[in-house]
Amino acid sequence: MNHPTTDRQARLKQLGTRFSWQDIGPFAAVVALMILGTTINPTFLSMANLTNVFTRSAFTGIIAIGATFIIGTGSIDLSVGSMAAFNSGMMIIFMNYLVKTWGATWATILAAMGLAMVLGIVGGFVNGFVITKGRIESFIVTLGTMGIFRSLVTYLADGGTLSLNLSIRVLYRPVYYGTLWGIPIPLIVFGLVAVVGAILLNKTRFGRYVLAIGSNYDVAHYSAINVNRIRVLTYVLQGLCVAIATIIYVPRLGSASSTTGLGWELEAIAAVIIGGTAMKGGSARIWGTVAGAIIFSIIGNILNLSNVISQYLNGAVQGLIIIGAVLLQRTGKE
Amino acid sequence: MPELALQTKTICKTYGTVPVLFDVDFDLKKGEIHALIGENGAGKSTLVKILAGYHEQTSGELLRKGQPVRYHNTGAAEADGIVMIHQEFNLANDLDVEENIFLGKELLKRGLLDKAAMRQRSTDILDKLGTKIKPRTKVKDLSVSDKQMVEIAKALAFNSEVLIMDEPTAVLTTSEIDVLFRIIRALKDHGVSIIYISHKLDEVKELADRVTVLRDGYRIATEQVSDLSEDDMARLMVGRELSTLFPPKPDRSQAKPAVLDVQNVSCPKYVENASFTLYEGEILGFAGLIGAGRTELMECVVGLRRRSSGDICYRNQPLWGHSYADAIKNNVVYLSEDRKGKGLFTALPLAPNVTVLSLQDHVTKFGFLDSKKEEATLDRTVQEFEVRLPSSKAMLGMLSGGNQQKIALGKMMQVEPDIVILDEPTRGIDVGTKQQVYRFVRELVKQGKSCILISSELSEIIGLSDRVIVMRSGRIVGELLGDEINEEEIMLYATGIKGGVGDEPSDHRQASQA
Repeated sequence: MNHPTTDRQARLKQLGTRFSWQDIGPFAAVVALMILGTTINPTFLSMANLTNVFTRSAFTGIIAIGATFIIGTGSIDLSVGSMAAFNSGMMIIFMNYLVKTWGATWATILAAMGLAMVLGIVGGFVNGFVITKGRIESFIVTLGTMGIFRSLVTYLADGGTLSLNLSIRVLYRPVYYGTLWGIPIPLIVFGLVAVVGAILLNKTRFGRYVLAIGSNYDVAHYSAINVNRIRVLTYVLQGLCVAIATIIYVPRLGSASSTTGLGWELEAIAAVIIGGTAMKGGSARIWGTVAGAIIFSIIGNILNLSNVISQYLNGAVQGLIIIGAVLLQRTGKE
Repeated sequence: MPELALQTKTICKTYGTVPVLFDVDFDLKKGEIHALIGENGAGKSTLVKILAGYHEQTSGELLRKGQPVRYHNTGAAEADGIVMIHQEFNLANDLDVEENIFLGKELLKRGLLDKAAMRQRSTDILDKLGTKIKPRTKVKDLSVSDKQMVEIAKALAFNSEVLIMDEPTAVLTTSEIDVLFRIIRALKDHGVSIIYISHKLDEVKELADRVTVLRDGYRIATEQVSDLSEDDMARLMVGRELSTLFPPKPDRSQAKPAVLDVQNVSCPKYVENASFTLYEGEILGFAGLIGAGRTELMECVVGLRRRSSGDICYRNQPLWGHSYADAIKNNVVYLSEDRKGKGLFTALPLAPNVTVLSLQDHVTKFGFLDSKKEEATLDRTVQEFEVRLPSSKAMLGMLSGGNQQKIALGKMMQVEPDIVILDEPTRGIDVGTKQQVYRFVRELVKQGKSCILISSELSEIIGLSDRVIVMRSGRIVGELLGDEINEEEIMLYATGIKGGVGDEPSDHRQASQA
């Protein structure tokens, strides 16, 4: 391309296609929804409400960032919600046990956080290992582990609810409810995970290989990429994200039951897809995923604040948004 | 003059901006077997695809029984009695033979499938073809030749008048070919017109009434087969002086050290006990029929495929375990024959394609990807290989085949290889680009690198290779040097007449292929 005019023409042409729905759509949707929310009920824009909205998006948002990598390779992980429930249950049991010897101290909490991380990494590794070594569809394997984790937490809670020791709960509470420089801690964690995720995806060989595998599995293999290793790593990363989400979720309610994290996997996947990541892999957008997670949270909030549509129809509105977003992405491509 | 079943008048076809057919006149008589020959990329497939409704011509006229027609899809052509049988079969593997024969055209009775009638008709057709295939057999359980029969049966079920066969014998054994020929002759006697595409000139000589030669998108000649010898046909096909297409070969008198020594490599079902040596600065051609195991052998050598036995030495060092990454570390790279399926990421931009093998060289000092370095590498590749880009931010899939192949070569060169293994490096690219590739390969070996060339185009093997190894049925059956490197000699080995390990009795057919 050493011909200046053609180069400029190409750039101009490029500029024309750059503002596609896939790139700015999710962010435009966030802005549009915020305007809509404000017109329906001015309290929407209050600091308290906005903080609440963004903070609630943190759990599925953090999980969705892990899911962005998995979906980027063209795979899927359905087990994240159950894994979060199982991790929560294990953390609570572990802290309730440690509190007897270590007391209600930060050491107890940190140890439980460590446990959550280990469980997340091991859980993710098992998913990835079975998928790659067993050569089984990721959908099938994680459907299986989804059931396994869910039933394990039900078993641990004996069909009821696991509750965190009260003294620990008081100490641990600020991790969810506290703020740093006025920003809720879950939001800060969400932001950090997103930044790390964006760097991993766009600036490292790992991220490039993820997109390469999603683009074409065989070409990746013929390009000397260790496809299995990268795929296992995406599941380990997903497990870590689940662990981080769990760590900030447990102090919110201080309990875990068989319904903890129910449906999170679908919300996470939906956030990823709305954010512009292709379901078949090969292209992925971390900041799109972040916007996707926020969109869901805002919709729920607006339905709460308005009387136009029953909040029980939340799921229906979310469903319409998912289908609409994917339709728009496809027409944008053509 | 007998009725013309089909005729084209000054047909032109352009893909995007690439013209592939120029003013082609072609005609097919009723009850005639008309062979269509030409090198890869000469335009044979494009021409017949226009006749069968897969593509529409860019300009020119198509006449069916003297009437102008235009087929917008294959359904329209089929309804008009024109059916094409593909080299790759168009069969639903999980359905049975009968269901495949009537697929999309099921016979109905009161809105439900009329299975009895379909059973009856498929049995009749299969009987007529003289095969022992049962209508209820699942297609996936059939041999390759039986699948071919099913394709033919499918065409006959609807009284086709024009049958187009694209290299039908490429996958058949000699006895199966005899059966096929008997059927083709019987069809001809029933008034069916047949367009027969083949690379095997002896078959053309034996079977066809007339032959049309295409070269680089032009019709070169249409003659009675009886008026031409196989040599005449080959000359018409190749046309140009090979010496101008291929760079001159160097003198081989000087002994060079071995760079790659492969001993007794086996890979179940594909390769049996293959041993060969690659010397520094040479182009070693691998010839053989499709399915001879050349690709599989090379995939074993570079670790893309697991070998069951065998040793590989690179410059006298026993070599690498079982991954392609290891091979690349030892400066051995492999260019896949399947450019879109295995070679390049068509949905990604150009830079990630060029740098994927060498990402570790495209990072900042903190280990993060350096997009400036990647762009620079892409720019260098584009200049070096004279890649023509639609736009600098184009996705790879938007490039033409030839330009994609240049990117594939550029990708390979990023690891500064010592040995390059090229598998069908000019498949589906135009003559101009081919010439560039040939010069590029010759330049490489002049710089002391070594090259293995797998090609199904004999002219390419002959024009470029310093030495030729011939494979057949997974075994290395011959090695040719100097003047021995010619079509006849290669084909004698490739078809098992020479080389002594043929698993079929050699037959009356003289082996020769263009």
